Amino acid sequence: MTGPPYVRLAVALPALLFVWFCTMIPAVSAGEILVWELAWLPQLGIDLDFVVDGLSLLFALLITGIGAFVFLFAGVYMRGYPQRGRFTLFLVSFMLAMLGLVLADNLIALFVFWELTTITSFLLIGYSHENATARRAALQGLLVTGAGALAMLAGFVVLGQAAGTFSLREMLASDPATFADHPRYTAIVVLVLLGAFTKSAQFPFHFWLPNAMAAPTPVSAYLHSATMVKAGVFLLTRLTPLLGGTQLWMETLTVVGAVTAVYAAFVSLGRSDLKQVLAYTTVMALGTCVLFLGSSPVPGPGEVSRGVLAALAFLVAHALYKAALFLVAGTIEKATGTRDLARLGGLWRAMPVTFAAAVAASVSMAGVPYSVGFLGKELLYTVGFAPDTPAWLPWAAFLAAAPVATIAIVLACQPFLGPRPEYPKPGREGHWALWCGPVVLGALGIYWGLAPEFPFLRLLVPAETAVLGQALVSDPGHAPWHSTGEALALTLATLGVAGLGFRMRGAVAEALAGLRRWIPLSGDRAYDAAMDGIAGAAVWQTRRLQSGVQRHYLLIVFATLGLSLAVTLWIKDVFPGPVRWTEAALLEWSLAALVAAASIVIIRSRSRLLCICALGVVGVSTALIFLLFGAPDVAMTQLTVETLVTVIVAIVLLKLPNFSNEVWPSGPARLGNAFVAVTVGIGVTLLMLAVTASPPQPDLQEYFERTAVPGGQGRNIVNVILVDFRALDTMGEITVLAIAGAAVFAMLLPGPRRRKDAPLPGPGGIMDTVILRETTRRLVPLILIFSVFLLLRGHEQPGGGFVGGLVASIALSLYAFVFGPQATRGILRVDPRAVGAVGLAVAIASGFIGSIRGAAPFLTGQWGTLAGLKIGTPVMFDVGVYLVVIGVVMTFVIRIKEQ
Amino acid sequence: MEPIISVLVGVLMAATVYLMLSRNFVRFIFGLALLSHAANLVIFASGGMTRARPPLIAAGESQPLSDVSNAVPQALMLTAIVISFSLLTFALVLAFRTFQELETVDTDRMRAAEPSPEGAGDEARERAVD
Repeated sequence: MTGPPYVRLAVALPALLFVWFCTMIPAVSAGEILVWELAWLPQLGIDLDFVVDGLSLLFALLITGIGAFVFLFAGVYMRGYPQRGRFTLFLVSFMLAMLGLVLADNLIALFVFWELTTITSFLLIGYSHENATARRAALQGLLVTGAGALAMLAGFVVLGQAAGTFSLREMLASDPATFADHPRYTAIVVLVLLGAFTKSAQFPFHFWLPNAMAAPTPVSAYLHSATMVKAGVFLLTRLTPLLGGTQLWMETLTVVGAVTAVYAAFVSLGRSDLKQVLAYTTVMALGTCVLFLGSSPVPGPGEVSRGVLAALAFLVAHALYKAALFLVAGTIEKATGTRDLARLGGLWRAMPVTFAAAVAASVSMAGVPYSVGFLGKELLYTVGFAPDTPAWLPWAAFLAAAPVATIAIVLACQPFLGPRPEYPKPGREGHWALWCGPVVLGALGIYWGLAPEFPFLRLLVPAETAVLGQALVSDPGHAPWHSTGEALALTLATLGVAGLGFRMRGAVAEALAGLRRWIPLSGDRAYDAAMDGIAGAAVWQTRRLQSGVQRHYLLIVFATLGLSLAVTLWIKDVFPGPVRWTEAALLEWSLAALVAAASIVIIRSRSRLLCICALGVVGVSTALIFLLFGAPDVAMTQLTVETLVTVIVAIVLLKLPNFSNEVWPSGPARLGNAFVAVTVGIGVTLLMLAVTASPPQPDLQEYFERTAVPGGQGRNIVNVILVDFRALDTMGEITVLAIAGAAVFAMLLPGPRRRKDAPLPGPGGIMDTVILRETTRRLVPLILIFSVFLLLRGHEQPGGGFVGGLVASIALSLYAFVFGPQATRGILRVDPRAVGAVGLAVAIASGFIGSIRGAAPFLTGQWGTLAGLKIGTPVMFDVGVYLVVIGVVMTFVIRIKEQ
Repeated sequence: MEPIISVLVGVLMAATVYLMLSRNFVRFIFGLALLSHAANLVIFASGGMTRARPPLIAAGESQPLSDVSNAVPQALMLTAIVISFSLLTFALVLAFRTFQELETVDTDRMRAAEPSPEGAGDEARERAVD
């Protein structure tokens, strides 16, 4: 055994775990239940409790025991593959997830582990990710089993609600009849079955499993044959006492299981790729397990209750022989370079050990007497012939078993006997780690058939007891060698038919190929159709919704807004009551009319200058509204912003084409736009009427009025809120401001894609008159001083950092207009970006002063007196705001002027 | 006063939507400017509108003596005004740069990021969509 150290360590892990689980056999087979409790989300009733009872121990032994051989095999098989560490990690993760799945007591935890196996399976199937087939198979497995698992989760939630707990132990302890009579029973069963059927590859969801053979062979042997795909069967077994016994349960399981088993068995006959053959016979085995789980009404002793035991026995037998055969297939492929049955032959002399292992496993697979496979099949047939069982059931089992027995003979003979063709590789016996697993597992399949007491009494019966709550050992027919006449006869008939099938395998394969053409549908094609459908729908809706034209996107956004407004107003029935129009005075009406008229001008006018003026009218009118209703701070800010906006819009619009060659949308489109616009407008109006019909909650207003002086040391409540109570908000806003400034700066950098010859209409020059220059020279310092005055008085009187900064920016912009951007840079001394950055730094620093002095939260106001003057960090913060505003606005203005 | 403001906001919103749906980037920017006015008026009206005194506290007092207007929406609007100003400026510069690169302000012809699937013939396609 070679490879990096972690590969060896990885083999040790399952082996050690296997030994550990083996030490639990005596206690568990004596009826003990071992529990490890671990709180996870106790508030939600979700805990990580691990329970070892008969059933989970049986599965844990399979997972770790077969795991040890698979890891050993992979250590040699994966030589030459890239990234073996990754492979080992995935495989170990899978094993641990699978152990969690079988040991978890909580349904939600079980689901989590279930999905972990899905994900590790995805990673392992797609391990050769440069191969498109592997990628498709990985995604297919993930989507099919993942979708099923989501249905199962929904089923678990409903089941948990019905039971009042997610703990399996508590559920099983309650009266099972409560579930069968529950009004949501059907929903629970259907949802849970979807999860189990997709995971265990039941028809019509079986198609992902043969495709999963794209994975490296150790993965196929371990996940897609011996363990993971059996999770569905495990879950069905576990839930049998809770959900089983009803007509729905039994009929669904038997029909789905029978169809799966018979279908897969016949398909396997027609395949020649070793792994495909093994995959389809795995599907057959899973179908058979489901079939017999469904044949078992619970609870109650008697012949029919043995369905659980029979299914488990068959499952163990299958795990042993199928893992061995997969590893044999891998060994053969490694040795010869092919796994096509038609190209194999004559290997027995060169690979005698592998041949022996293959024969041993095939004997068990065919169900030859004195093998574990025989034991399992006997139990199945016996249950099939039991009273109260549908008469067709044993025949369905027979119909599935016979082709698989044929396959068993093919697998033992075809690669090893007959003439030896030329192989691309030497075709010799490989490393011992390759054949070790098949030999041990194959031998165990024979040995346990000869001496069945240990597996039967120590493993299977405790598992059955764990499921059904009672052992049926007292039943005299319930012994390893219990065969009734009919069952034995059918077993022998199976072998006979299998032999016949082997003789005529050429004709059978031909007949099957002919039959295949008559079946128009396959799950694989349905999957492709579904995937294409999803992609097609995505393309269709993308074409419809995302035309690449800006106004189409906006139309969708606004139409959605209008529609949701209409629907909300209608459903919530908040249509406003009588409106008191007459309360407003003439002044207010005229202001509103002015704004409305200006808006229409902006829409209609073909003159840019008129539009700019109209925009100014809207801004100033709203400022007047603010002033009328007791908001001088807002009005001042609005006025100064309006001034700057007019200036900047004017500068930029002069550089853009005028409206003379403007293209509007076509007539009908414009009509549609108008309709959406009016709808949104009316919707917003109605919403506003509804909202303002009731007076606002006064709590916040009163709180700030009460605490502004004692808490904020200020008499202008608006400013106190801005720079103290909600300073963190303001901090965010000036940061946004600074980012906008940086973005504008970046956009106006001369880039490589910029076209030098782009026409720049309109003059970009300097207004140069003596009067303007002289006035500006004297006015700018005065305005700057006034802006500082506004800043400093802000805490007590209307003013503050925002309006101060804007006023200073107006002054500096005026200077830039008259004397040019370069001169403005001169009086600023530093780049305007630096002013903004310093402002931001000052604001942030003011926030930390409180933290340093008194361990107060960031931006808590601190006050003190310095030389008789009351100073505080909020004032410092406001200075920061002031500087940020100046820095950002001047970046805009100077950069635009410099273009 | 709130009913008037409600109608006014509706008018401003309708104008905004109509302007933003015009094919002209310049009109779009005017729409953006109207949108911020509408938003500010929404905040203002939601806080309750009365012809009250400004939210100031006289010297020597610890609380406003008479009823004053609601300071909370005013604080929100103050920052909103400055933010929308910077957004508007950003949009203006964007329009300017776009025009420099694409030599058009017709948004239907700005297809650099998402060219029409048929490739050429944008104009024809547009007529079909309209």
